[in-house]
Amino acid sequence: MQTFSYTRAETVEDAVRSVAGAGPRTCFIAGGTTLYDLMKLNLETPNKIVDITGLRDLNHIDAGGHSELVFGALARMSDVAAHPQIADEYPAISESLWRAASQQLRNVATLGGNLLQRTRCVYFRGGEPFACNKRDPGSGCAAQQGNDRGHALLGGSSSCVAVYPGDLAVALVAFDAKIDVLGVTGERTIAVEALHREPGTSPNVETTLKSGELILRVRVPKTTMGRASTYHKIRDRESYAFALASAAVALDMDGDTVRDARIAIGGLATRPWRARAAEQVLAGKTLSQRTARQAGDAALHEAKPGRNNSFRIELGARTVADALMIARQRA
Amino acid sequence: MTADEQAADQAARGESERVDVTLTVNGETRSLAIDPRTSLLDLLREHLALTGAKKGCDHGQCGACTVHLDGRRIVSCLMPAVQTDGRAVKTIEALASPNGELHPMQRAFIDHDALQCGYCTPGQIMAAVACVDEGHAGSTEEIREYMSGNICRCGAYVGVVSAIQDAAAKMRRT
Repeated sequence: MQTFSYTRAETVEDAVRSVAGAGPRTCFIAGGTTLYDLMKLNLETPNKIVDITGLRDLNHIDAGGHSELVFGALARMSDVAAHPQIADEYPAISESLWRAASQQLRNVATLGGNLLQRTRCVYFRGGEPFACNKRDPGSGCAAQQGNDRGHALLGGSSSCVAVYPGDLAVALVAFDAKIDVLGVTGERTIAVEALHREPGTSPNVETTLKSGELILRVRVPKTTMGRASTYHKIRDRESYAFALASAAVALDMDGDTVRDARIAIGGLATRPWRARAAEQVLAGKTLSQRTARQAGDAALHEAKPGRNNSFRIELGARTVADALMIARQRA
Repeated sequence: MTADEQAADQAARGESERVDVTLTVNGETRSLAIDPRTSLLDLLREHLALTGAKKGCDHGQCGACTVHLDGRRIVSCLMPAVQTDGRAVKTIEALASPNGELHPMQRAFIDHDALQCGYCTPGQIMAAVACVDEGHAGSTEEIREYMSGNICRCGAYVGVVSAIQDAAAKMRRT
């Protein structure tokens, strides 16, 4: 691991000033479960780290408001997952958290950091021997000729097919959540759906955050659809693994008829992926195994398989369909 | 030398500027000046000679280094030690009573043969105690879900689950 200097921020303004003015190798650290891990692999090489974990006004969980849920960027994954009102009224959000990582990691990892979690692509993490445009722009993509069993079917490019690995962001995208970020020029709001970039020709640029911008909070518009929601996650093993395919769905039902559906998929794309075509398939229809599967097929309609991952088209469609039937039981 | 020059000089020699850290470890206050790259796991093992927490993967994937920080279980390999300033750490070394009587979870791991080689065991036990304290030991399925961050290469999982069920009943009574 490279050497770095370490300072603790006293205020959010102090934190943003320290990072924005200090060059590209300066970064924030919160829970550190991604950053410190990648520093051990020499994939992140900051020379200055600003610790924001002491910013007490960023760790709140506010579910009592009229129009939205508000989570401070430093709220811990385990605390939000276990919040009784979230578990009851927004099960998709709670499940996206407790079905991620392990309790040891969730006790430390923060919501803001979780949104910015970097890919688990083995060629990215494997370092030197493997070409990777994300790690070393212009070097190529080892996944294209390698084992792409776990790589993206949606949103990829000839430069990169690395999957966005997070779960929470998928649930948040289904609920039209936003984040507030603070930079040197002030505060602005970004839809979570607009936070992550598709790789295109610059896979090293992963988000639309500007240098030095700090996520302050996550805001989720309140909706009665929250109760009829789920985050369904399919993995190689039953727990403590990244998604091969996942779906966050929420339903507004009138008897057996779908008034409104929200569908986002994870583990299959280069960013959290809202599946609006699948939502449209269900609008006004009776929800059945058959229509749920049609929605699943629509969600994966644009999938472009590589060499070893075509099985995840069927898996993804079934995951969406099963998620819809689980959410139906909660409506 | 100015502070900046000193920092540059240290960086050139492959050293980091030391950071003062004061934390409580197993009830004792410890103050150290550490390289900010140091993990809590390395601080415990290399600086304080507390070798109960084990280094397995060193990337938060195996759980062998599990300790409690302010009463919650964490993986100490992914915790920069500088972030534990002012906080309280508890390791497997402090789990038994001062008179040597084992914690019910330690006793249950022995009684249920919940280990083979033993390397993952300190992490399993610290995670298991937290699993019960959190209220996540209500069923076999729940124990398996909330213990999934602790890998046992010998495959002693069946014993681990029955040990936790046994110890949970005793812990709830006390």
